[in-house]
Amino acid sequence: MSRYAGYLPVNVITGFLGSGKTTLLKRLLESPDMADTAVLINEFGEVGLDHHLLEQVDENIVMLQSGCLCCTIRDDLARSMRDLWERRATGEFGFKRLVVETTGLADPAPIIYTLMADPVIRYHFRLGNIITTIDAVNGLGQLERQPESLKQAAVADRIVLTKTDIANDDVGDLRARVRQVNPAAPVYLAQENLTPGKLLTNDLYDPKAKSKEVAHWIDAEAFSAQHDHEHDPNRHDASIHAFCLTFDRPIDWTAFGIWLTMLLQAHGEDVLRVKGLLDVRGMPGPVAVHGVQHVVHPPVHLKRWPDDDRRSRIVFIVRGLERRSIEASLAAFNALADDQSAAA
Amino acid sequence: MCGLCGILGAGEHWTDSDDALKKRAGAETRRRERAYQISLTNRILAQYGLKLTDWEGSSFVLSNRTGASEVIDHFAALWPTAEKMIKRPCDPLDPKVVDALEA
Repeated sequence: MSRYAGYLPVNVITGFLGSGKTTLLKRLLESPDMADTAVLINEFGEVGLDHHLLEQVDENIVMLQSGCLCCTIRDDLARSMRDLWERRATGEFGFKRLVVETTGLADPAPIIYTLMADPVIRYHFRLGNIITTIDAVNGLGQLERQPESLKQAAVADRIVLTKTDIANDDVGDLRARVRQVNPAAPVYLAQENLTPGKLLTNDLYDPKAKSKEVAHWIDAEAFSAQHDHEHDPNRHDASIHAFCLTFDRPIDWTAFGIWLTMLLQAHGEDVLRVKGLLDVRGMPGPVAVHGVQHVVHPPVHLKRWPDDDRRSRIVFIVRGLERRSIEASLAAFNALADDQSAAA
Repeated sequence: MCGLCGILGAGEHWTDSDDALKKRAGAETRRRERAYQISLTNRILAQYGLKLTDWEGSSFVLSNRTGASEVIDHFAALWPTAEKMIKRPCDPLDPKVVDALEA
């Protein structure tokens, strides 16, 4: 079992202004499964939250010298999380999960970066599922006009369409747009029975759920629909789009690590999400890899493949990068390893 | 450059954080894996006139053809340091880089 399975999961609930983040959070907190959950919110909104362990953080972003927008530390968040951890360690209170609700205009990337970069937090907490709420009334327009909204949808592990009961149209167009941006994330309607298990607790580091979770990532049906859209020449522009690459030959882990590290150094701001299930040379089962922009989370080795397909499959959600150049580049790096093996 | 690369005293690189991967066939010893990693990396760095060498099994030294060198504590710092030395991006999607690797 991965040692990260023992770290405290941090779920991020994000979504554009007025998209129903707090309403969703309130519903989830009513479940007995959420009793041991601490909550950090950025602002108290119109929907009142009554939870025994609820704190507010002021948005205070520390930009590092890099100037890279996604590599910023949410100093406020880091301080609050360290404080929560200390209070937990002293026995003041116990919690097994942390939920962070962002502001409507927040870029989720600095929150994710803070989890991996803060030297204390990274050894106690790990990223859980990112849940994004999208308003069925205004969501389509927000995805078109608000870059924050589009990015929130792109990085999500779960998407909840809210206000579907008051939307005039059916949500078919919105669903289709969400699928273009993020084909791998399951999409739910807010009026469904949304349990913490559906949205929060089943993730890659949960030993019981990880195989099912990676099956979402590489859902062939979602990507076959997506592939049709890729033939639209307008999709190869600066917009956010998703694709799944498949490699028949095993991946050399060392070459892959060199390649992805180099890719994220050069283009991390435009690689919004990468999720892969790799057939790694020398490994008996697949390896799941996932990252958000410059941050790659610890890989997870699975004992079994989620389906009969044993090929490596990697999902990219990118902004303005071409599928063919990423595919050719990774294949060339992987072939280096073949040369090296032949020379050895 | 990305702040994760040294400013905050980064720990192990993500490629090196899973115990099962460390024991995969062909990478059973850290010394062997490290030598292999350096060897593969040098195939790419050669395009930029750079070379990576091991330093005491714990750090790396990145050098250029004029003899300038930088000590790198962590593999994540490799590409930011390389870009600083050559004063341009190291882009794996650059068709010239890909063509050279395929040649």
